[in-house]
Amino acid sequence: MAILEVRNIEKHFGATRVLEDISFELERGQALAIIGSSGSGKTTLLRCLNFLETPDQGSISVEGSVIFDAADPATQKESELRKKRLHFGMVFQSFNLFPQYTALENVTLAVKLLAKERQDYKQNKNRILAEIEDEGKALLERMGLSDRADHYPHQLSGGQQQRVAIARALALHPDILCFDEPTSALDPELTGEVLKVIRSLADQKTTMIIVTHEMAFARDVADQVIFMDGGVIVEQGPAKEVIDNPKQERTRQFLSRYAEN
Amino acid sequence: MFWQVTLSILKGCGEAAELFFLTLLFSLPLGLVISFGSMSKWTPFRKLYGRQNRFLHGLARIRPISTITNTVVWIIRGTPLMLQLIIVFYGPGMWFDANPWNLFADGRMFACVLTFVVNYACYFSVIFRGGIEGVPVGQREAGQVLGMTKTQIFFKVTLLQMIKQVVPPMSNEIITLVKDTSLARIIAITEIIKAGESFMKSDGITWPLFYTAVFYLAFVGALTLLFGWIERKMDYFR
Ligand SMILES: Nc1ncnc2c1ncn2[C@@H]1O[C@H](COP(=O)(O)OP(=O)(O)OP(=O)(O)O)[C@@H](O)[C@H]1O
Ligand SMILES: [Mg+2]
Repeated sequence: MAILEVRNIEKHFGATRVLEDISFELERGQALAIIGSSGSGKTTLLRCLNFLETPDQGSISVEGSVIFDAADPATQKESELRKKRLHFGMVFQSFNLFPQYTALENVTLAVKLLAKERQDYKQNKNRILAEIEDEGKALLERMGLSDRADHYPHQLSGGQQQRVAIARALALHPDILCFDEPTSALDPELTGEVLKVIRSLADQKTTMIIVTHEMAFARDVADQVIFMDGGVIVEQGPAKEVIDNPKQERTRQFLSRYAEN
Repeated sequence: MFWQVTLSILKGCGEAAELFFLTLLFSLPLGLVISFGSMSKWTPFRKLYGRQNRFLHGLARIRPISTITNTVVWIIRGTPLMLQLIIVFYGPGMWFDANPWNLFADGRMFACVLTFVVNYACYFSVIFRGGIEGVPVGQREAGQVLGMTKTQIFFKVTLLQMIKQVVPPMSNEIITLVKDTSLARIIAITEIIKAGESFMKSDGITWPLFYTAVFYLAFVGALTLLFGWIERKMDYFR
């Protein structure tokens, strides 16, 4: 069974339709790359999955249970939305680290707040907090940042900031980790270190959706690729197939523009 | 003579300090309320959106709370505080033959504090609004996708960033308030300037008037040190 099922998502901003009849599935442990030109609706799609936008039509299911259905108001309760968001992790193009916290605090803040809701929090407070700290440090180490744990975001390079943001998202153990152009705000020499981290996550079978303009990376790392244009999915399939032998004319045109550069 | 003058001016300082601290105490929270009002997106007529009738269609976009608040802020910031003081204190007596300020033990000070509070709350509201809107939306969204509640996001993420942005313009405004207390003399409150000036009439000497500057400078100097300290405290992040 697919871990994520997206059915017929549609989204309007005022009178403009930004997403139209978006449907796809994602298997556990797979990486999905979403490619497409600027304004094609990639960011909006990720924002819908994270409930930063509410789709006008369609449904989203995680592990077989419907967590959102535009036709069913019972699935849209504000109170449950917060918990449902935790199925997804989000890494933003602009990092959005909290400037007043150190790298480690950025990673552990939300986990600590969430732990307060545990039944046994009062009794085992110290142990729980220590465990969270340790896990945070371990995550930063995985990102190659163990010596930067006590640095504030402004003391870190863009690539380091983005890796902290990835650790922050991983700390909540999301079922599906979403990346919105994680390297677009980085200098070319810094993109490599971030892509390397994402590649290692793929090797460890992290379920991911990656919006990216790095075609070679999408081809190598992703299992599936979706090509979007004008708010619709034009083509989807196994990554190498779509990128090496696109079936649709529009996909071909889009990819040839990348080949030229 | 020097000590007599100093003592008299210090009394004026007492009045000024009372006005200063009471104004701050009430205008800071009121300013926050006004800033929320000016940002209100409440559109009670939104159901009319898309109606054929142009008037009804236009009505749908109206945000009554923010429109009213913004108009009030415009009027208060657009007229001199001195004029507002005169209207509030003398207005009722002139136009309605009633002086509500007599009902209070210290009616002059009460009217003065009231006027200052409303006036400064309007200025503060604009600064607060800038601080709230100055925190990038990405910060709130990052909190949301991390499963934080609205309250947690406000207190753990946005508040400190807001405060950091707001401190420099606030310190400016607060320093202005120190000197604006001198306007209270227009409704015959013996604040610092009036205390100094009174020696011109009674003893024919002018130096006490200029001597008052020392007291303002001392007070503003202390505030400058305080704000500098607060800004340094928050220097650790950007
Ligand atoms: N909040 C919004 N209000 C109105 N229109 C919006 C809003 N957000 C996005 N849009 C519009 O929706 C369309 C899709 O935007 P989106 O950001 O999803 O594209 P994208 O594929 O991520 O583009 P890019 O590659 O430039 O990031 C664009 O035409 C954009 O102008
Ligand atoms: Mg985008």
